Amino acid sequence: MTLVAQPAAPPAPEAPARPATGRLVDLFEYGLDAPICLTWELTYACNLSCVHCLSSSGRRDPRELTTEEAKAVVDELERMQVFYVNIGGGEPTVRSDFWEIVDYATSHHVGVKFSTNGVKITPERARELARNDYLDIQISLDGATAEVNDHVRGPGSYDTAIRAMQNLRDAGMKNFKLSVVCTRYNIPQLDEFKSLADRYGAQLRLTRLRPSGRGADSWDDLHPLPEQQRELFDWLVAHDGEVLTGDSFFHLSAYGQQLAGLNLCGAGRVVCLIDPVGDVYACPFAIHEEFLAGNVRMPGGFSSVWRESELFQRLRRPQSGGACASCGFFDSCKGGCMAAKFFTGLPLEGPDPECVRGLGEAALEERRARDVAVPRAAVDHSHRTTRAPRSGPGPVRLTLSRREDIVRPPVNACEEDPLAGFRPE
Amino acid sequence: MPAIDLDRAWKLHPQVSVRPEPFGALVYHFGTRTLSFLKDRTLLAVVDSLADHPSARAACAAAGVTEPELPRYAQALATLARSSMLVERS
Ligand code: SF4
Ligand code: SF4
Repeated sequence: MTLVAQPAAPPAPEAPARPATGRLVDLFEYGLDAPICLTWELTYACNLSCVHCLSSSGRRDPRELTTEEAKAVVDELERMQVFYVNIGGGEPTVRSDFWEIVDYATSHHVGVKFSTNGVKITPERARELARNDYLDIQISLDGATAEVNDHVRGPGSYDTAIRAMQNLRDAGMKNFKLSVVCTRYNIPQLDEFKSLADRYGAQLRLTRLRPSGRGADSWDDLHPLPEQQRELFDWLVAHDGEVLTGDSFFHLSAYGQQLAGLNLCGAGRVVCLIDPVGDVYACPFAIHEEFLAGNVRMPGGFSSVWRESELFQRLRRPQSGGACASCGFFDSCKGGCMAAKFFTGLPLEGPDPECVRGLGEAALEERRARDVAVPRAAVDHSHRTTRAPRSGPGPVRLTLSRREDIVRPPVNACEEDPLAGFRPE
Repeated sequence: MPAIDLDRAWKLHPQVSVRPEPFGALVYHFGTRTLSFLKDRTLLAVVDSLADHPSARAACAAAGVTEPELPRYAQALATLARSSMLVERS
C-alpha cells in the first residue's frame, strides 16, 4: 500500500541533494534516518548445521552482546522509531535470555518477528507467544517433505518444524510465517508448501538463496536452474497476494514484468544487520569486512553507525549500473543482489549471477577462466563437525508445467510483511 | 475507493506511530503490522495535526493545502482511514 498525494508531490524543503519527488524507490536509494528492515542476529549458536546458512552459524561467540547490552540496543531502536526487528541467528531461541529480550522489545514499541527452526516452540511456549500482539514468528523449512528439507537442514529438522507449526496452530497463533529458501530441489514443491502453510494457518514466505556464509559452498548445487527461475516467477505471479517474498526476487522482474515491492537493493539504505557481537553490516547476506559499517558498542551506538558510517554513506549514493546500465530491464532489476555478486566474485556494478538474461552465467565463466579469487567471509562459527556440502544429486525433482495466462504481479515485501501489498506507484 | 468525510474530526489510531523521513514519513500500525509511506511533508503536517483540528478540512487548510490540491490529500487520507491508520474522533 502506498499513500501519497497523487501526481506530483510538493517539494520537500530539506535535503536538496536528493530528488524531492518521484517514485519511492528512487527516494529510498538515498537512505532513511533509520532502517525499515533491520535484522538482528542474537547468537551464532545453533542446534542445526544447514548447508546454506547465511551466517555460518553453529557455535556461540564469547563476545556476543549481554542481556543488558541487548536491552540498550532495544532502547536505541525505540528512540530511532525502528518499528520492527527481524530477530534471527543462529537459532535465537537457544539463548537463555531470548524470551526476556523479546519481551523487553515488545514492551518498548519495537515489534519482533523472530525466525526459528522450531526447536523451542513447545505447546506451553506457543500459548504464551500467541498472547503477544507485537510478536510474529517465522518457521524455517526448506522442503515440503522431510526428504527434501533434511537434505539441506539436517536429519530431524523437518519433524521439528512441523511440530512447532502444530503447536502454534493449536495455541491459536494466526498468520505466522512459513519461510522457505527456494532451491533447485524445492521449487517443484511450491504448491505443496502453499498447502502446508494453509493447513497450519500460516502465511507462506519465499526467499532467495544467496551464496552467503555456508551458502557459498552449497550454492552451485542448490541454486535454481534457469528454467526454474522462470517457473518460480510464474508461480509468484499466479499467487498474487498470497505469498511474501522479502523483496527477494526483483532480479526476476527482467522477465518483463515488474514485481511489486521496493525492487531495490536496500543494503545500508533501508536494510541492515546487527550481528551477535554487535557488528553492523549493510545486509544480513553480507557478513564480510567489506560491508562492515561499525559496532553498536562504539560511542554513539547503532544510530551513529547507521547515520554516519562512511560505508553506508557510499551505498546511499546513486550507483552506476556498470555492464547493466545499457540493459532495458535495469530500471526494475537494478543489476540484482549485491551480496550474490560479491560472494560469487562478480563486480558489484554489473549483472547478478542469476541474471535472467544469462549475463551472470557468462560473467561467472569469465571469472573462472581468469581464475579470479572469490571473497570469503572471515566470520565462521560452524560446528567443527558441520557436514561438508553435499555432492551428488539431491532428492528427485518433479517438473511443473508453466502457466501462460498469468499477468498479475505477486505481492512482495521488503524483507517484511509490513510492506505486503505495497506497490511503488 | 470510499471517500473520507473531510468535515469530521479524525486522529491517528492509538497503535500507529509516525516516523518523519526526509521524503515525508513512515507510518506503522502495530496492530495490523502494516507500514505505509507519506510521500510529502505537507501530508505529514496534516496527519500530525488532525487531532488538533475540528475537521480534516481544517487540518488541511492549516497545513497550507490549497483548494485545487485538496482532492489529492483527501484521497491520501481516505487510504489511511481505510487501512485503520486514521480513526474518527467522537
Ligand atoms: S545485498 Fe542482496 S539481499 Fe542484501 S539488500 Fe541488497 S539485494 Fe537484498
Ligand atoms: S543485465 Fe543486469 S539489469 Fe539486465 S537483467 Fe541482467 S542483471 Fe538485470
